[in-house]
Amino acid sequence: MNEAVLTRIATLSDLGVIIALDELRPSDEKSAYWQGIFDRYVMSGRKDRIFLVAEVDAVVIGFIVGEVRAWEFGSSPCGWVFALAVSPEMREMRVGKKLFDEICARWRKIGITTVRTMADRDNKLTLSFFRGMGLRSGRYIELEKQID
Amino acid sequence: MKLNKASMFALMAVLELASDPERQLSTGEIAAKYGISTHHLAKIMRDLVHNGVVSAVRGVGGGYRFSGNAQRATLLDIIKLFETLDAENIVPLSCRSDEPVIRELQRIANEIDDLTKAVLDTITLETALKSALTVERRE
Repeated sequence: MNEAVLTRIATLSDLGVIIALDELRPSDEKSAYWQGIFDRYVMSGRKDRIFLVAEVDAVVIGFIVGEVRAWEFGSSPCGWVFALAVSPEMREMRVGKKLFDEICARWRKIGITTVRTMADRDNKLTLSFFRGMGLRSGRYIELEKQID
Repeated sequence: MKLNKASMFALMAVLELASDPERQLSTGEIAAKYGISTHHLAKIMRDLVHNGVVSAVRGVGGGYRFSGNAQRATLLDIIKLFETLDAENIVPLSCRSDEPVIRELQRIANEIDDLTKAVLDTITLETALKSALTVERRE
């Protein structure tokens, strides 16, 4: 199955499927959000900003998006994955692994050696996936507060 | 947070058995490999059988075999069979719990506890085994 999965840069015509796969954002904001992501991560043509889809028989079944962030509080440049989804029917077929491996390979080519991500602690599916890819708690700690 | 002995022994036994679900091992073999008490482990194995994590194989050459789902079961799933991991009350009961400083100390303890649980609940048995082998090979 994994061999039949192809990864490629997202195109404008993929956005409909990507919006349908995105379970995290409110539906009325998805369209504008993903158009913005497409403009920033595909149309910019930058090698450090990556927006990939996975497809089988020309049907999009998953996506991953990330960018290189540099020198945040002294952190040397690293790849940040901030969106990943796979069609529920296609899970446990290593589609996510294929997308993750591909985004890491593209970053490695431009000299990036660390990848990071952040997900809600209740999002067990996503966190377990990244753990399975070998990610662990890193040196940087996420902190937050409600702004009064 | 410190895991109790039963949780640690259970994790060792379950990970050992899950590393090869076809293989069966006796309590003595698992205890010998990890240098832990056979007597203590025997009780833990009974609890693991009762909860469907491992199955007992009877007869000569009997032992235990992993019967869970290593891709789905997390470290926390196993630990929760032996302890609650509820936020400990770090403040002695004799202290005044309405004092802001005491309440803040308890909130900090809860924050640490939540992070610990989040870590344990997102590491599947398969990931732990894979990671153990990868790190071992690297070293």
